[in-house]
Amino acid sequence: MSKARIMSGNEAVVEGALVAGVRFFGGYPITPSSEIAEVLSRLLPQVGGKFIQMEDELSSVGAIVGASLAGIKSMTATSGPGFSLMQENMGLAFMAEVPCVIVDVQRGGPSTGLPTKVSQSDVMQVRWGRHGDQNVIALVPSSVRESFDLIIDCVNLAEEYRMPVVLLLDEVISHMREKVILPEKDEIKVIERKKPPKGQEKYFPYEITEDAIPPMANFGEGYRYHVTGLTHDETGFPTSDPEKINQVMRRLYQKIEKHKEEIIKVEEKYTEDAEIAIFAYGSVARSAYSAVKEAREKGIKVGLMRPIILWPFPYKKVSDLANKVKRIIVPEMNMGQIIAEVKKVSFGKVKVEGVNRIDGELITPSEIMAKIEEVS
Amino acid sequence: MAKSLEYIRLDKFPHVWCPGCGIGIVMGSIIRAVDKMEINKNDVVMVSGIGCSGRMPGYCDFNTLHTTHGRALSFATGIKLANPKFKVITVMGDGDALAIGGNHLIHAARRNIDILAIIINNWIYGMTGGQYSPTTPLGSFATTAPYGQVEPPFDVLKLIKGSGASYIARGTVYHIRELDKLISGGLQKKGFAVVEVISQCPTSFGRRNKMGSAVEMMKRQKEETVPVKKAEKMSKEELKGKIVRGLFLDEERDEYTERYEKLIAKAKEVHQK
Amino acid sequence: MKEKYELRLSGAGGQGLMLAGLILAEAAGVYDGKNVVQTQSYGPEARGGASKSEVVISEGEIDYPKVVNPDILLALTQEACDKYYPELKEGGTLIVDSFYVKKLPPYKKVVSVPITSIAEKEVGRKVVANIVALGVITEFTGVVSREAIKEAVLSRVPKGTEKMNEKALEVGFRIGRESR
Repeated sequence: MSKARIMSGNEAVVEGALVAGVRFFGGYPITPSSEIAEVLSRLLPQVGGKFIQMEDELSSVGAIVGASLAGIKSMTATSGPGFSLMQENMGLAFMAEVPCVIVDVQRGGPSTGLPTKVSQSDVMQVRWGRHGDQNVIALVPSSVRESFDLIIDCVNLAEEYRMPVVLLLDEVISHMREKVILPEKDEIKVIERKKPPKGQEKYFPYEITEDAIPPMANFGEGYRYHVTGLTHDETGFPTSDPEKINQVMRRLYQKIEKHKEEIIKVEEKYTEDAEIAIFAYGSVARSAYSAVKEAREKGIKVGLMRPIILWPFPYKKVSDLANKVKRIIVPEMNMGQIIAEVKKVSFGKVKVEGVNRIDGELITPSEIMAKIEEVS
Repeated sequence: MAKSLEYIRLDKFPHVWCPGCGIGIVMGSIIRAVDKMEINKNDVVMVSGIGCSGRMPGYCDFNTLHTTHGRALSFATGIKLANPKFKVITVMGDGDALAIGGNHLIHAARRNIDILAIIINNWIYGMTGGQYSPTTPLGSFATTAPYGQVEPPFDVLKLIKGSGASYIARGTVYHIRELDKLISGGLQKKGFAVVEVISQCPTSFGRRNKMGSAVEMMKRQKEETVPVKKAEKMSKEELKGKIVRGLFLDEERDEYTERYEKLIAKAKEVHQK
Repeated sequence: MKEKYELRLSGAGGQGLMLAGLILAEAAGVYDGKNVVQTQSYGPEARGGASKSEVVISEGEIDYPKVVNPDILLALTQEACDKYYPELKEGGTLIVDSFYVKKLPPYKKVVSVPITSIAEKEVGRKVVANIVALGVITEFTGVVSREAIKEAVLSRVPKGTEKMNEKALEVGFRIGRESR
C-alpha cells in the first residue's frame, strides 16, 4: 500500500494521467484548471513526455489530436470558457475517431462568469456542445481519489473506443484537498488502442467491425491513411454517397450505443427501500449523501443514486428507480440541466424536483435536507 | 512525371479543383521536393485546413490529415512535437492561414518548429464562393466586396518575418522551376519554413475582376512579379504594383523540438537528483 | 477529542493561509491518521483581497467538504473577524491576530495575541505569522498533535527555512499554552 497523502483533485488528475500513460499535454491556462498544466509541465518531460502551452484552446485540442495520431496518449485541461473554444476540434476528434482526453473543470458562466467559483453548468455543453450527432462519454468524480481513478478510466475509454472522452470536474473537487491512499501501479489496468492485425496489407481506418470500433494504426506505421473531418467512408476518404454516409455515421453512433451497458457506472446508497431518491453527481453528491444520512437518522427513507459516468446517461437505471420511489430530487449547481434527463424517463411515474444553486457556492446538505422534509 | 505518380493516390482522381486552378501545380512541386530528398513516404505527414487547398492531402500518398478551418498548424505542431522523426508539411490557403488561422501561423513561426508551411495565396476564398480574404488587394471585387475591397491586405512575408521563422520565400505557380527550388529549400530547412505561393483562382477571383482566363492570370504572375535580386536594384517608383518573389530569409536558428529534447534531458537530470 | 472538527483560517491573500490550511490537513491526515478535507476560497488577486482556507478533520468519512459553523476560527484581519465570527459554533474558539484585529466581538473563548508582531520580534520575519498561528491552534485546541504539526510544517516549508519555521511553531506553542 502507498502512503497516505493530502492532494487536490487537480493533482490527482495529473498523477492518474501519468499512470494511464499520457505523455502529451497541450493546453492553455485557465482558472480553475491551471494546476494540471503547471504540474504536468514539470512532470511530463521527466518521463520523456511533452508539454506545450498552445496559443489558445482551439489549437490545444488540435495539438493533442495530432499527437494522438502520432501514437502518443494525449490530453488537455480547461474550464468552461476554454471548453467552449475546444468544441470545434473536439468535433473533429469525434468524426475522425482520435483518442484524447479533455478535462473540464467547471466554473460559473455564461462567459467569463465566476472564474474561481464552482458550478455544474457544462453538463449539457459536453453532451451537445458541438454541431452534428455524436455519442459522448463524460465522467464526473466526487472525490480526489475518484479524480485519480476516473482520469485513468477516461484515458482507457478514449483508447478503447477511439474517441475524445471528457473528465467533468467541478471547482470544488479540483481544488479540494483530501487524504488519499493511491493504488500501486500494478493494481491499475491500462488499455492501449486496438491496432490492425500485423501483416495486414489493406487497412481500412474506419472499417465496419462487429464491435463498431475500427482498429487504429498510428501515423508512421506504414499505412499512410487519410484522416478528415469530412464525412468519410470506411477508407477514410470523403464520400457523398448517402448509403455510405448512413452506414458510417450509424456505426459511429453505435460505437457507444452498443457498449453503453458496459460503460455506464452508477453508485447507489440506501436505494433498496428508499421512498425518496436523490440523483446527484460531482461535489453535490457529497452534500446529498450527507443529507441522506441525516434523513435516515430522522427515520425518513431516502436513497442516493450517483452517476460516476454521466454520459452515456443511465436512463434505464433512473427509470427503474422511478418505478420504486415516490419522489426524485435532483440537486445541481445550474438552473436544472440533468433534471431534464431524469424527467425524460420518470414522466408519468414520479414527480421530480430540483434544488438549484447558481451563486458559485456548493449546495449544502441542509438545503437538500429542507427539500427532503418538504416532500416527505 | 512517372516518378511523381508514385506519390499520388490516383484512385482518388478526378480532383475537386477547377480547370486552371494553381493548387495542382503546388502539389507537384511539393512531391518533387519530397522525392528529391528521398524521404520515406511513411515518415511524411501532410496536414491541411479547410478550403480548396485543404483537399490536397487527400490526393497525396503520405500520412494525411485534413483538419478544421485555419487549424492545420496546431495539429501539425502536435504531430511534430509528439514524434520529431516526421517530416511535416502543412498546406493552407490565404483565408485559412491568415484570417482564421493567423494566430497559429505567427505562433508556429515564433516557436520555430520544424514544419514546412505552404500558403497558397489566390487572393480570395475560392471554395465558399469568392468572398474577400486578408490578401485581397484594395479595390478588388469579391462576393462580399461588391463595391471593391476596402480593407488593406496583409504583407504575408513581413508578418512571418516579425514572428520569427527560419526560412521565408515567395514563388508563383508560373515560375515553376523557381517554385521547386523554393519549396525544396523549405523542406530541407530545419525550422519553421514558409513558402507563399501566388496562384490563380480563375473561377472566383479572375472572373469577378475581369482578369481573363487562367492563362492570362498566369501571365500576370510573370509580368507583375520581380525576382528579389532584381528588386534590390529597383527604385520605389519602379517597384510600384510589383510583387517581389524569391528567397527572403534563410537562417540557422534553434529549432523547437530540438530545444524540447534538451529540456527533457534537463528535466530527467533534475528528477534524478 | 471530538469526532469531527471544522476549522476556518481567514484573512487576506498573501498571509499564507492556503499553506497553513494544507499543513494542518497534512498534520491531521498523514501524521495523525484522521480523515481530512481542505478547501479554500480566494479572489482574483494574488496578494490582498479576502482569503479563506477551511479544514474538516474527522474520525469518520467526510461528505460535505466545506465548513458551515467552525469549531475553530482564525481571523488575521478585522474584515475576516467581522464576517465569520457570527458563524462560529457555540463554544467554539476564536483566535485573532490583535495586530490587525482591534475590535473584538463580545465573546469569552477568544485568544487575542499580536501574532504578526510576535513573529517579527521573536522569529525575525513577519511571513512566519501563519506558522506561529498553527502553533497557537495546535496547543490551544489540541485539534492535531504537536508532533504531527511539526512534521507537516517541516515537510512543506522551503528548504533552508526549517529552523526558522520550527522556531515559529515553538513560539506559537508557547502563546497557545499561555492563553489557556
